[in-house]
Amino acid sequence: MELKKIIEALLFVSQGPLKIETIAQILGDKSIEEVKQAIQELIKEYAERQSAIQIIEIAGGVQFSTKRDYAQYIRKLYKDETILKLSASALETLAIVAYKQPITRAEIEQIRGVEVSAVLKTLVEKNLVRPCGKKETVGTPFLYGTTQQFLVYFGLKSTDELPSLEEINVEQEQ
Amino acid sequence: MEYGIKLEIFEGPMDLLIHLIQKSDLDIYDIPISKITSEYLAYLDMMNQLNLEIAGDFLVMASTLMRIKSKMLLPSQEEDEEELIDPRDEIVRRILEYKKFKEASKILHTNLENQKDVFYRKVTPEFKDEDFGIAVSLFDLLDAFKQVLSKAKISSKEIIKDEYTIEKKIRIILSLLEGKQFLSFVSIFSKDETKTSIVVTFMALLELIKIGRIYVRQDKHFGEIRIYRAQAQTVASSQINQGQ
Repeated sequence: MELKKIIEALLFVSQGPLKIETIAQILGDKSIEEVKQAIQELIKEYAERQSAIQIIEIAGGVQFSTKRDYAQYIRKLYKDETILKLSASALETLAIVAYKQPITRAEIEQIRGVEVSAVLKTLVEKNLVRPCGKKETVGTPFLYGTTQQFLVYFGLKSTDELPSLEEINVEQEQ
Repeated sequence: MEYGIKLEIFEGPMDLLIHLIQKSDLDIYDIPISKITSEYLAYLDMMNQLNLEIAGDFLVMASTLMRIKSKMLLPSQEEDEEELIDPRDEIVRRILEYKKFKEASKILHTNLENQKDVFYRKVTPEFKDEDFGIAVSLFDLLDAFKQVLSKAKISSKEIIKDEYTIEKKIRIILSLLEGKQFLSFVSIFSKDETKTSIVVTFMALLELIKIGRIYVRQDKHFGEIRIYRAQAQTVASSQINQGQ
């Protein structure tokens, strides 16, 4: 069977981003490189076919998604509740976790200057942030990091894709 | 009432501070600390008069500002030191850092906006919910655990180091679950080679159940046990699946 087609089938049934390593593992006799190449071909094929479906590289894996153009119809099917809404303070907290992970609640509060436990709880409930260990310090507080779900929602392959803090310039605007 | 609306913008003391600096178009590296402090305090006073509850965070910042102000007024005692430390350095560093994260959150917001029209497919599991609808009791779990343990390789002399921590095992279980509908009970022990390791994995499993990150179900009593990730609500792609 053609490698490309097998991968296509795997992607079709996968519920989240499928890691290249996982695909290679399933196939057994194929190298990571071979899998990568087949995926690239598949991505190209879908692009050339002008399908409503695209294959995208996201959150450390590969996944099928619909193209933007069809959003209005899909939204009608699934109502408006499909949109992730985050308050400004939730986004700020999320940004701090994304850049500084693993980070404790107290460290986030130090940066924001406000109490963040409620916001942090919301982010954990929405599965954007999760406890990922404990800091070896007084009280061994939880350390928080971002989830794979976070990468999916924000369209990132990994957190490295975010511009670095050094790149973010805040001084020139007044 | 205008004040009330205005004040809501300031979620915290950092926001208020940045607003005061920007309003007067001040050089962040040369903040007139006494001017800022009095403006800051005037704000707190106004909040007080409007009967708004002033969060403790605002008071902490007020005291920080006043401490800096008093340090600026005092003649430096360590004049022989080569580099004089500006008492404002620390607060300037914090403001700049905070502004960076504010900017970063805008970038995240743009990303979120760009992604909101992209939908992912999620398959409905091939089994019906009622197939694995039976909640698993602690005793069922313990039975299953006993079985796993009995199959473990017996190593008479184990040197226990701190390599197995519950936190680590929690991370392992969650990463195994990522992108999957469920895991079989046995599979979470697949990487455990020693009894200690199995025990710690089991403890991690119990912890995850306790904090509500996962739940366990079986198809019939004494049947196969499966581990499911607790679904986060109100998040896009998980909702998509619930539609059908």
